[in-house]
Amino acid sequence: MKYFHLIWCNLKRKKARTALTLLSVLVAFVLFGFLCSIKQALTGGVQMAGADRLIVRDKVSIIQLLPQSYKARMERIPGVVLATHQTWFGGVYQDPKNFFMQCPVEPEEFLEIHPELILPPDQKKAWLQTRTGAAVGRKTAERFHWKIGDKVPIRSTIWAQAGDNRVWDFDIVGIYDGKEKGTDTTALLFRYDYFDEARVGGKGQVGWYTIRVKDPALAAETAKLVDKEFENSDSETKTEPEGAFVQAWVSQIGNIQLIVVSILGAVFFTILLVTANTMSQAVRERTGELGVLKAIGFTNAQVVGIVLVESCLISIIGGGLGLGLAWMVVSRGDPTGGLLPLFFFPARDLVIGVVLCVTLGVAAAAFPALQALRLRVSDALRRM
Amino acid sequence: MNWLSQIISITRFGLMSLPQRRGAAATTFIGIAGVVVVLVGVLSMSAGFTRAMSVSSSPDTAIVLRSGADSEMVSGFSREQTQIIADSPEVARAGQGALSSAELFVIIDLPKRSTGMDANVPLRGVEPAALQVRDHLKIIRGRMFEWGKDEVIVGSGAAREFTGLEVGSSIKVGRYQWPVVGMFSANGAVCESEIWSDAKVLQAAYHRGDSFQSVLARLTTPGVFQTFKDSLTSNPQLNVKVSRQSEYYAEQSETMTRLIRTLGFSVASLMAIGAVFAALNTMYSAVAARTREIATLRAMGFGGAAVVVSLMIESLLLALAGGAAGGALAYFAFNDFHTSTMNFQSFSQVAFAFRVTPRLLLEGMIWAAAIGLIGGLLPAVRAARLPIAAALREL
Repeated sequence: MKYFHLIWCNLKRKKARTALTLLSVLVAFVLFGFLCSIKQALTGGVQMAGADRLIVRDKVSIIQLLPQSYKARMERIPGVVLATHQTWFGGVYQDPKNFFMQCPVEPEEFLEIHPELILPPDQKKAWLQTRTGAAVGRKTAERFHWKIGDKVPIRSTIWAQAGDNRVWDFDIVGIYDGKEKGTDTTALLFRYDYFDEARVGGKGQVGWYTIRVKDPALAAETAKLVDKEFENSDSETKTEPEGAFVQAWVSQIGNIQLIVVSILGAVFFTILLVTANTMSQAVRERTGELGVLKAIGFTNAQVVGIVLVESCLISIIGGGLGLGLAWMVVSRGDPTGGLLPLFFFPARDLVIGVVLCVTLGVAAAAFPALQALRLRVSDALRRM
Repeated sequence: MNWLSQIISITRFGLMSLPQRRGAAATTFIGIAGVVVVLVGVLSMSAGFTRAMSVSSSPDTAIVLRSGADSEMVSGFSREQTQIIADSPEVARAGQGALSSAELFVIIDLPKRSTGMDANVPLRGVEPAALQVRDHLKIIRGRMFEWGKDEVIVGSGAAREFTGLEVGSSIKVGRYQWPVVGMFSANGAVCESEIWSDAKVLQAAYHRGDSFQSVLARLTTPGVFQTFKDSLTSNPQLNVKVSRQSEYYAEQSETMTRLIRTLGFSVASLMAIGAVFAALNTMYSAVAARTREIATLRAMGFGGAAVVVSLMIESLLLALAGGAAGGALAYFAFNDFHTSTMNFQSFSQVAFAFRVTPRLLLEGMIWAAAIGLIGGLLPAVRAARLPIAAALREL
């Protein structure tokens, strides 16, 4: 620490250069934070998937409906604790750009199978008593400024009520929260009994089932039993763990991991080059001074240490500010208006970011440090 | 010596001394090339997607959906309704009848080659007029399916992106195996991502009764569209939404294009800021290294403005070289790169190819030039402002 003053003076020598290097590191880490959040938004659902949940859909494709009567048959299958269903509602609130999911569900079963959704008991009670009641996630409630007691009209692109009326009115009776940060709280849930009675066409048909299994270790076997149960029927099923289902869903968009990693790779390569070049330039200019330091008794380790610390200081300050800025920008929310419900900066990536800061600092200083190490005092002094 | 020749000689001087500042110059060059690669790469994705969605929609075709439906997937018609639409006087006619195809649009799960996971591949049931309603559609391998038979033909994009769609293989639809008897192309249009069968056959397999989801019709002339639209929307037997094919696909691609462009521009802007810093650093060090030289020039009577302009030119040239390298790299890396993605609006996969268009390359060069100019300005001004006497004395 006693050399801190020396390092500080070195940084101040060319203020413009130090500032510019710092800023380019900062930009790189803002980008890092931003891309990590996008990746999180697209793939986060996989991590949140319940290990004890299976998703059952029609084997041909998810747009084909399954009979509601499958519920009872599923619950008789050994290993199945509970089965409940959901259906895609395809609703639009005010503007098609305001995208969020709505689903008719069986309230009690749905909440039991999804313990990560927390609905206060009195609100749950109100939901069970109100046929047209709906529970909405915190995020969507805040987005549209909905409060308990509000009546919201939602136009379904798919389902019509009598008289070809596609506008459904729901009474908001509850607002649920997520147990964890990554829990999706954007869906609006309403009662299946109300939905099934009011809809014209498709009565008794549902979109897909969620099953809770007794033992997650036996999930694969249970899935096979379910598919076997409905084999050779008009609606054959395809059952898979929730994680695999979400993963397949994400993969439909494309190989996100690859895109994010390659962009980040390009950025870091560029920034590393800029910083490393600047650092080695800064050391090269001071060859003589380093020679003096060595001549007056500084050890090799101390000289290398000074060079390394100087570089790391730039990358850590720049990187830290960048990560902080990214965090601030990302906490302002989804930039695409509803397409990325899980947009946040995960703590794990923050840690990776900090590690990257240090790595960047060391890597950038590696070459100049080596130069400093190899420097012979007599050569250096002659260059003064 | 006039002003212009002053600029030319200082610029020449600067460029000739560039090899001495290799490291710094390479940093700017690579930094700017990186920005251009990312910018052009991301935007070429959006350009390719938009092209697939818009190409070959001719101005005289119209698509009819149920009113309130935002895509074919959620639309629905009875046979009688599609008949009323086909009987409109504005619909063109050829030999056997109206050039109007009532279609069914569903999806089928097939594994995607790139990820090995199930994807929503569009499966379309068509009527015989479908081939005449669309432009540029031709069978490139095998043959057309026979009407009324359990057979399918596949688009070339679908065959490329999803497994099990080679001519001669078969796909499993529920409990049935449908042989793939042919492959078609359509000039890169979105229907190349689809699998086609006879609508009647598909109705049965998907338990759809005698219903359809959309009607694609060729009009007698593009001009009658409004009349066609007005007569259908005012018909009490129907409840429909009529769009030109081009408008419909523009609407369908909007979400995806917006998503790609928003994310692409934000990433590229951030990178550009980083590149500006790199360029500033390079030019500052260029100025610092040449302090004496510049002071000497000034002492000899070169004007301050000439110094500024020539330093900016130097920075600009360096940036443009970086931009050109980035553009070329993006072109070779991304142009015609085939992929497919989920289109949120139609809930199904669209196969498309990245397109690095001349316009995108120009856009990349403009970004590079802007970065070069911004990066050159401050250092140039500083160089011109150096007090001559002090600078001459510097090392």
